[in-house]
Amino acid sequence: MKAAVIVFPGSNCDRDIAVALEACMGHAPAMVWHRDSELPDVDLIALPGGFSYGDYLRSGAMAVHSPAMREVVARAERGVAVLGICNGFQVLTESGLLPGALMRNRDLRFVCRDVWVRVETTDSVFTTGLQKGECMRFPVAHNDGSYFVDDTTLATLQDADRIAFRYVTPDGQVTDDANPNGSRAGIAGVLGPSRNVLGMMPHPERLVDEAQGGTDGRRFFEGLLNALETAR
Amino acid sequence: MSAATNDAAITPEIVAEHGLSPDEYDKALTLLGRAPNLVELGIISVMWSEHCSYKSSRRWLKTLPTEAPWVICGPGENAGVVDIGDGLAAIFKMESHNHPSYIEPYQGAATGVGGILRDVFTMGARPVANLNALRFGSPEHPKTRHLVRGVVAGIGGYGNCVGVPTVGGECTFDPGYDGNILVNAMTVGVAPADRIFYAKASGVGSPIVYVGSKTGRDGIHGATMASASFDEDSEEKRPTVQVGDPFTEKLLIEACLELMATDCIVGIQDMGAAGLTSSSVEMADKGAAGVMLDMDQVPVREEGMTPYEIMLSESQERMLMVLRPGREAEARAIFEKWELDFAVIGEVTDSRHLTLRSGGKIVCDLPVEMLATGLQYDRPWETPAAPAPLPASVPALSVKDDLLKLLSSPDLASKRWVWEQYDHMVMADTVQRPGGDAAVVRVHGTERGLAMTTDCTPRYCAADPVTGGRQAVAEAWRNLTASGARPLAVTDCLNFGNPQRAPVMGQFVLCIQGMGEACRVLDFPVVSGNVSLYNETDFASIPPTPQIGGLGLIDDIGRMAQPAIRAEGETLILIGDGEGHLGASLYLRMATGADAGMPPPVDLEKERRNGDFVRGLIAEGVTTTCHDVSDGGLLVAAAEMAMAGGIGIALEGPEDAGWLFGEDQGRYLLAVPEDAVETVLKAARSAHVAAAAVGSTGGSALTLNGANAICVDELRAANERWFPAYMSGPVESGGDD
Amino acid sequence: MMKAKVHITLKTGVLDPQGKAISHALDSLGFDGIEDVRQGKYIEIRLAETDAETARSKVEAMCSRLLANPVIENYSIELE
Repeated sequence: MKAAVIVFPGSNCDRDIAVALEACMGHAPAMVWHRDSELPDVDLIALPGGFSYGDYLRSGAMAVHSPAMREVVARAERGVAVLGICNGFQVLTESGLLPGALMRNRDLRFVCRDVWVRVETTDSVFTTGLQKGECMRFPVAHNDGSYFVDDTTLATLQDADRIAFRYVTPDGQVTDDANPNGSRAGIAGVLGPSRNVLGMMPHPERLVDEAQGGTDGRRFFEGLLNALETAR
Repeated sequence: MSAATNDAAITPEIVAEHGLSPDEYDKALTLLGRAPNLVELGIISVMWSEHCSYKSSRRWLKTLPTEAPWVICGPGENAGVVDIGDGLAAIFKMESHNHPSYIEPYQGAATGVGGILRDVFTMGARPVANLNALRFGSPEHPKTRHLVRGVVAGIGGYGNCVGVPTVGGECTFDPGYDGNILVNAMTVGVAPADRIFYAKASGVGSPIVYVGSKTGRDGIHGATMASASFDEDSEEKRPTVQVGDPFTEKLLIEACLELMATDCIVGIQDMGAAGLTSSSVEMADKGAAGVMLDMDQVPVREEGMTPYEIMLSESQERMLMVLRPGREAEARAIFEKWELDFAVIGEVTDSRHLTLRSGGKIVCDLPVEMLATGLQYDRPWETPAAPAPLPASVPALSVKDDLLKLLSSPDLASKRWVWEQYDHMVMADTVQRPGGDAAVVRVHGTERGLAMTTDCTPRYCAADPVTGGRQAVAEAWRNLTASGARPLAVTDCLNFGNPQRAPVMGQFVLCIQGMGEACRVLDFPVVSGNVSLYNETDFASIPPTPQIGGLGLIDDIGRMAQPAIRAEGETLILIGDGEGHLGASLYLRMATGADAGMPPPVDLEKERRNGDFVRGLIAEGVTTTCHDVSDGGLLVAAAEMAMAGGIGIALEGPEDAGWLFGEDQGRYLLAVPEDAVETVLKAARSAHVAAAAVGSTGGSALTLNGANAICVDELRAANERWFPAYMSGPVESGGDD
Repeated sequence: MMKAKVHITLKTGVLDPQGKAISHALDSLGFDGIEDVRQGKYIEIRLAETDAETARSKVEAMCSRLLANPVIENYSIELE
């Protein structure tokens, strides 16, 4: 079981996800600099949170054109699991691996707090270890997390069961109040057409040990790593 | 002035424009033995400004205790350094960015965060946390909402992008800050204790290297502006405010830390206020050396920049360093990897002069000592007027209404609206989030925690500066203690009005006296800090605000305390005692609409005894629920514990305002399991610490003697209501009214 | 040398919270009769290019590859 974390110059959750992966895998992931065009042979590629290149134009827009990302796209097309968290999700939509776009939060403010998400599908390597309909608590921290897709694409996502997580109240209701950023249909995470790419705004890597205030993130990673291990 | 040629005669008008008094200019002439040219005048004026020279404050700052066995480096460097064990050191400092934040709140606050981060990573530390103490004017003032929105967004915009969690601070409102808000930013970093970097230029011939962003015309004369009072025209000074680029700062942090892992660096200093001028002078001064800089080598953003502009620019995200000779290529490769400018712009000399070359000519040649020593004044001071006496009567007590009113008042209202805009969890080591007594950040890869807090109660300082100074330090010490931490040291940010007014100078002198007393008794030395004077608008000074940033260490975060009630059926114990002091309290302000009376006295010996006792209980694992009793008194503290944990409290005691809302110092509320109560009370008696059971936990409401029940949900609703409701009010025009 | 002025706007139908906030603010300042506000971006590019056609196609490429996100944004180019 091997993983790589792509590091853009403005990534700032690269260490956090590396620590979380190491805690769950027992060994550290490879850290790949954005200018590297060669990726090690891995089962999982993680795109971390942060502000890849300052994100002054659009979040994630510049990162798409890095040598490392070109390789990530190629690997994703070959079926390697790719997980984008927060800025990583923004990079995935900008690169076209995921549909839609992440826009300025509804309230025009950065939002950092714990949210509840509901597992919408277990039909992916990322969520097969979870229960459909269960609620998990993850932190969010973003300025541009409002997921936008047009009606047609939304229908496609729903029909193909590609919505991975929705923002919900602690008891599992999709409401406006539970939605921290105004995402369409409360979407917090979405899968690519081949189900091997997941983009999500919440940060499971921030809740992997009790001292951080919870371990739902650890459950997420353990489920993912088990599934990848099994698939090897 | 920048358009004038460097050969132009220096007229009294030009001297005045530079903020130098005729006497000060005469002193410059005497020291120099000739008239300075324009570049030299600009350099002298910024180095002799209050901001850089501490000319009014230095005499008094020297009276503060700065040493302890765990202090590695005290005041005088970019930040203070304390030993936190395991071969690690914590490096921390607080700094003001008041004037720029008032003029342009977003950029002013953002660059304040950028500047304080640089002070900390300059010394070799990776920044691990930011805090911010914010003092705004009255909520009713037409500008306040605009300023709050801009400052909070600016702090978040910068800190979030850089990827350093903003974990704590304060945000209060008082009409005394209507025309002069305070934005005090604090950064804490962690470094290997044997790899601390200092701002020292040594080794004649060693290259001086400029890294980071290019130099533009921004913020020219910011340091002089920060030392001048505000008037109506200040709003015209907008162009002098710098613009921050947090992405570049992030690159700069990574590049500097990467270079610091080698042994290329002799000395390093960030370019903050007065930019290239103060950084080069400070490095030359500390190394007892001279510096020769070639202006033509400085990376510039705009064409045709003069040496005057280059030396006085306050462009952000720049650093100056001295490298070991021959290591330039190695260092350059690191900065090129991070796509940052890197230029050798000069060398260390033995002249003890700051010498500048431009177009092959010498354009400045000033003795470093004259610039670095600056001026020192012994300003006259007097004890400020006593506060208004306590009113003969206050409106009758109505426990339930009074509590709800206090909890939804601007000062006590939940600041969630503020800290949810700050990424307080990035780096994944935040183990106590904002909203409690102290924030706690785990030392990465260990089980230990750094506790941190900012504190000051300006209304106490205004009523009685000595007590206010003591209380600010004591409260920081208490907040750290309440988390279970051993308080280590203090950084301060001393915000006052115009020191040329004797009563204002008196506030400054007496606050420092009180701070010094508290720091000594509590073994809590001052290791870094900043002074911000001339905080006044149209002759009205701000309330004296000696802001304290406290840092403490928790040996085992498994034995940490926090304010939330975590279990039903526990007993609430009040540690400490008092007379029910209502002078200068928030209750009095709420009930009468004004501040009156003396602040609660601070008995430092008792403070220490009580705190050491509480810390012992937490370390032994007797309790994990502890909250300090401060603003709003006992009932507010109990309500905060109930709200944080979502569990009710049945409080028992006299129904009088003093007991419920008095702000007597040195007190804590603990929740302990039933079977530990006797042990705790007995231990308290033998430690000569006042302790009494005042209630128990359970249910879903806060009650007093079985009556006056308020549901925890109702408390929360009141507490959470004010801020978002206020901020959703009408948008004011940014700054012209 | 030529200057390209690029305007990037949100597509109709895409929610624009910034535009909404501006509209609300103008309203509260007493400017009435405002029907809609949309916020966009303006980018100025100086090109060492003399041929307008070549310049336009270059800037077109910049827009589609980086400057605008076709999922949510439209762009228009002015050359001078």
